[in-house]
Amino acid sequence: MLKFIGSRILQAIPVLLVVISVTFVLVRLAPGGPFDAEKAVSPYVLEKLNERYNLDAPLHVQFIDYLSGIMQGDFGPSFKFPARSVTEMIAAGLPITFELAFYAMLVALLIGISAGLLAAIRPNTVQDYVPMSVAMIGICMPSFLMGPVLVLVFGIWLEWLPVSGWGYSPGDKILPAITLGSTYAAYIARLTRGSMLEVLSQDYIRTARAKGLPTQTIIFKHALKGGLLPVVSFLGPAIAGLLSGSFVVETIFQIPGLGRFYVQAAFNRDYTMIMGTTIFFSVLIIFFNMLSDIIAAYLNPRLKLGDKQ
Amino acid sequence: MNSLSSADIVQGRSLWQDAMARLWKNRLAMIGLYILSFMVFIALLTPWIAPYSYEAQKLDMGAVPPNTQHWLGTDTFGRDLLTRIMYGGRISLAVGFIATAVALLIGVLWGAIAGYIGGRTDAIMMRIVDILYALPFMIFIILLMVVFGRSILLLFLAIGCVEWLTMARIVRGQVLAVRHQEFVDAAVVLGLSHWQIIRRYIIPNILGPVIVYITLTIPSVMLLEAFLSFLGLGVQPPQSSWGLLISYGVETMEEYPWLLLFPGLVLSITLFSLNFLGDGLRDALDPKASKD
Repeated sequence: MLKFIGSRILQAIPVLLVVISVTFVLVRLAPGGPFDAEKAVSPYVLEKLNERYNLDAPLHVQFIDYLSGIMQGDFGPSFKFPARSVTEMIAAGLPITFELAFYAMLVALLIGISAGLLAAIRPNTVQDYVPMSVAMIGICMPSFLMGPVLVLVFGIWLEWLPVSGWGYSPGDKILPAITLGSTYAAYIARLTRGSMLEVLSQDYIRTARAKGLPTQTIIFKHALKGGLLPVVSFLGPAIAGLLSGSFVVETIFQIPGLGRFYVQAAFNRDYTMIMGTTIFFSVLIIFFNMLSDIIAAYLNPRLKLGDKQ
Repeated sequence: MNSLSSADIVQGRSLWQDAMARLWKNRLAMIGLYILSFMVFIALLTPWIAPYSYEAQKLDMGAVPPNTQHWLGTDTFGRDLLTRIMYGGRISLAVGFIATAVALLIGVLWGAIAGYIGGRTDAIMMRIVDILYALPFMIFIILLMVVFGRSILLLFLAIGCVEWLTMARIVRGQVLAVRHQEFVDAAVVLGLSHWQIIRRYIIPNILGPVIVYITLTIPSVMLLEAFLSFLGLGVQPPQSSWGLLISYGVETMEEYPWLLLFPGLVLSITLFSLNFLGDGLRDALDPKASKD
């Protein structure tokens, strides 16, 4: 197990290096200098600016400086808000984005697993068709549509819930969490149904039934552990999706999280901020993918033997 | 279910005929196919059948709800919404198909070469795929759009370059499986050239999974385009796409909800159709894998 974890961590290192270098090169390749858009800047000021952002050094020196900065958690100053560092802005936005992703994940798991179980217990009945059709709607209705529609119905027409904000008024976290979680609830429902159906047809379940165990015991004690394996492997990609989904949801609901900062930085062409957040998001996503691989391997030892299919 | 009548036995049915028959019986998939064909048909004919001109504004009229003259209403500039949805559909569908084609081209070539040559080449090529797989691509597409300007050509390429990885894996696995079948050994012994083997044995055998994957890639690509356009990082005005129309709709949804609801409905229905068709094709071409 330790060996497996070690090898997964080792695999992540080249990926991280690729991420950092590709990001660095891409941003440097951007047509025009970072200060071209500003009004005419005097040569002296330009020189000072280049010095401040370390742009006067040769490219490879810049890269190594940047790399060693990252190692110390320093992503440099923001281009657009020179008074603030990128690290500060990430630190300000991250807890909010995490909280949002956490609630969304809760929504996704609760709704997804229960719907999938309901469907798998009585396949090809109404109890199967209704949750699975709703799940299909969840998959086909992207968050940038789901969010506004929910706001329109529950916020504006019914006036049950606040339409935006995060922690300003009671209940304003409900709609963002549902919006972000709905797609993943749908995927999890489908995954749960599929794998539960497979597990429930196994011999050991038949044995349990033959022993006369009650259905609840069979499902929750014997079938669920195996049946939720695909869900566990899906968690890594799901968290990655939740983080990029936060771009849209935070924009719609005006939540001051990392996702909204990222979109704003992309608009303002705030290059250091884009680099910093890109690398930071990448690290998070790679980390969560790794974590879900490890948990999946722990739950299903067959995976460790290189049987990666 | 598969009881063969005597006529079938006499004629014999190829795998494809079999699959088509199964698809034909899948009502949801067929509905998806019809809706999709309808959408593509409309998109192709839009310049000739659109009720109004794309740019025609009636500022004094402004946004009016659906009525007999403007079936889906108009936007705040007095532009006909149905016309805008039709033109937007051209872009959304084009992105879906073209980016998928880019992904198909790269993925099939990469996967087929890795699988067919095998050995160390295979190991290195798939290792590269593994590394790229771990990258958070959504973020990289946004980065690309920011750095190189928001052109639609780049959008095709960027999305296509992201989506080829799964295709490469599927093709490689399939090629690998077919390559070690005895009938391929027999073909080698018979002295067939590489190209003949690829054409006669490999391609027909990988076609099924590839077609299934194409139908499932198109909706995810369209979703990606809509997502980027919604954020203002994808298709740029004056061009339009469903994602862009939705983002305009959100701005004014309080007063003019139809500007959000209709584009959203059209996008959802299209994604629905594609997903049902993809599921149906998977069930038809590979009955074993019809779960999940």
